[in-house]
Amino acid sequence: MAKKTPLLEVKDLHVKVEGKNILRGIDLTVKAGEVHAVMGPNGSGKSTLAHVLAGREGYEVTKGGVRFAGSDLLAMAPEERAREGLFLAFQYPVEIPGVSGMNFLKSALNEMRKHRRLPELDAMDFLTLAREKMRLLEIDEKLIQRAVNVGFSGGEKKRNEVFQMAMLEPRLAVLDETDSGLDIDALKIVANGVNSMRSPDRAIILITHYQRLLDYVVPDKVHVLAHGRIAKSGGRKLALELEKKGYGAFGQSAASVAA
Amino acid sequence: MAVASDTAKTIESATGGDYKYGFVTDIDMDFAPRGLNEDIVRFISAKKNEPDWLLEWRLKSYRRWLTMTEPRWARVRYAAIDYQAAYYYAAPKSTELLDSLDEVDPELLRTYEKLGIPLEEQKMLAGVAVDAVFDSVSVATTYKEKLAEEGIIFCSFSEAVQTQPELVRKYLGSVVPYSDNFYATLNSAVFSDGSFVYIPRGVRCPMELSTYFRINAENTGQFERTLVIADAGSYVSYLEGCTAPMRDENQLHAAVVELVALDDAQIKYSTVQNWYPGDKDGKGGIFNFVTKRGACRGVNSKISWTQIETGSAITWKYPSCILQGDNSVGEFYSVAVTNNHQQADTGTKMIHIGKNTRSTIITKGISAGKGQNTYRGQVKILPGADGARNYTQCDALLIGDQCGGHTIPYIEVRNPTAHVEHEATTSKISDDQLFYCMQRGLSAEDAISMIVNGFCKQVLMELPMEFAVEAQKLLDISLEGSVG
Ligand SMILES: Nc1ncnc2c1ncn2[C@@H]1O[C@H](COP(=O)(O)OP(=O)(O)OP(=O)(O)O)[C@@H](O)[C@H]1O
Ligand SMILES: [Mg+2]
Repeated sequence: MAKKTPLLEVKDLHVKVEGKNILRGIDLTVKAGEVHAVMGPNGSGKSTLAHVLAGREGYEVTKGGVRFAGSDLLAMAPEERAREGLFLAFQYPVEIPGVSGMNFLKSALNEMRKHRRLPELDAMDFLTLAREKMRLLEIDEKLIQRAVNVGFSGGEKKRNEVFQMAMLEPRLAVLDETDSGLDIDALKIVANGVNSMRSPDRAIILITHYQRLLDYVVPDKVHVLAHGRIAKSGGRKLALELEKKGYGAFGQSAASVAA
Repeated sequence: MAVASDTAKTIESATGGDYKYGFVTDIDMDFAPRGLNEDIVRFISAKKNEPDWLLEWRLKSYRRWLTMTEPRWARVRYAAIDYQAAYYYAAPKSTELLDSLDEVDPELLRTYEKLGIPLEEQKMLAGVAVDAVFDSVSVATTYKEKLAEEGIIFCSFSEAVQTQPELVRKYLGSVVPYSDNFYATLNSAVFSDGSFVYIPRGVRCPMELSTYFRINAENTGQFERTLVIADAGSYVSYLEGCTAPMRDENQLHAAVVELVALDDAQIKYSTVQNWYPGDKDGKGGIFNFVTKRGACRGVNSKISWTQIETGSAITWKYPSCILQGDNSVGEFYSVAVTNNHQQADTGTKMIHIGKNTRSTIITKGISAGKGQNTYRGQVKILPGADGARNYTQCDALLIGDQCGGHTIPYIEVRNPTAHVEHEATTSKISDDQLFYCMQRGLSAEDAISMIVNGFCKQVLMELPMEFAVEAQKLLDISLEGSVG
């Protein structure tokens, strides 16, 4: 059955950055309809994993592989992965001066639609759709009319990432610390946005440091990434445990990588 | 061929038959012979049946040119130009034209196609035989009659010499003197053709006037001469587009453009320059050494230059404004792109003479590949220019790490009431930006195109609509292959 094919299958993934081993054998399987939380100390390799999945340059895969909906993900160009439905909400969204958010997102969405053999949206249809999603995420239209991320506050950048995700409707969304830097109201709004994206044919990976987010977006699975490996996997309760005990048990605390 | 005998006759009649042109009988008449001397200058003048004063002006220029040396202060490098190796007059001979588009370099056609240039136009640009396409001869002058009803004169420069001798004589060389600089002086001696525009008092020109210049013949220098006169209270928007086929050897293009705006008159002059830039390794391409200058002679007059410079191997060009009339306004909006081995040294000069004169300079330099891009601009406020104001903003965008962007402003303020502001930024399209865009499904090239268009928006907005679209496509094409 097609349903049994996992959406994402990471097998024994080893990755080097600048000659340094960062990921040392990641195994992770995510099925459509699931929400996974990935936690772990600073520098443990969470963003690295996200970037490798999205196809960023500068990462050397030395062993293992990744399948996305049955295809070899690592063989695809970054834009192909995006068009195939892999979305990354960046931990540090990039500013693009001179390019309005509307224009940017319209081009992006139409690339995806072209890929899916859907007709491109014209300006009016796009705007209608964008307004609907803006309402959901309580985003001011003015923000989207400005140049992408330029001069946005930290929280605005994160919210803009979720807005883009809602617009692009990916099959797999990886949210890298999208909850960091959000005030409590914004956190709820973002969580609502993420929850509204939950669907039987979509999977979400939440990279987070705070179990607080998981109060709102309840994950099916929680993983602890330490030293470049998934050190432990469990259910919702694992996050609560970590909150209490820290990462000491995994031999890597935030302090130990601070140097 | 008819052309040959016509030319022979022309020369005979122009010279009364007693002038000795050794070459008249033994060369193919499509070209003046290679090289430059007084006989060539006379030949060109005779070909065009010019009055004596103009021949004298050409000769005076030629003699001055002999005493001048090429400017070397620009931040561009190129091998010495052999001025005796070029042809200074060329009318195409039919055998040189290609019979069909099949014979044209497909790479070139691909470019035209992307630009959305219609097939007939493609043929013209590619040097396929189409009626009335001549190097050095005339310009397309559509809607001439409609314009004539308004008293507007829009014709080729050669025609104006015949039909508007007083206007030509009064204004030719009045903004760019024959002795101005090496290339302008060379142009004054050998200029081939160009456009002439006169807008009468109080007339607002009802349409954009536009010209396509072309270089088709090999080894042909192109020296066009354009003169635009806006009489009191008039308005005109003039567009100039340039495209040239690919040739392996460098070709010299040394044009002169003079603009004159009288009281309350406005001239908007837009250029989209896409001369052949040379290949990826820097072989071939146009040397675009051009002198463009406008005189805001009347009170409240305004001259606005907008240029999109994507082509040419080397661009050396400083469209300028002499703000003589009180309250006159000069503007310069520029996008210059250098990719592969292209070099550009371009900018403007704003000379404030009258009271309360204002100038604005907005430039966007984009460098990719091994391109070198220099903004060089002068703002000069003379003692009488009370209350003069200038605002300059120069932005450079780098794509990759083998290119260069440079800003060289010269500011001279000799009036304490003047206000001069200069801002400059340099930015780079970062890998982070590209990755961010690609993660949203855009290809690297589309991402660059989007970022570049955003970067240039301020200038593109100044272009007339149809031109803005073409300019955007050109930006994309000229930056193709700038990411590896
Ligand atoms: N380009 C690089 N050059 C050198 N080291 C790198 C590079 N990118 C990542 N690293 C290193 O890889 C390790 C993992 O980084 P990563 O960003 O994946 O951590 P993280 O788990 O996302 O941390 P945080 O919770 O702080 O976001 C860190 O030690 C980091 O310094
Ligand atoms: Mg991280």
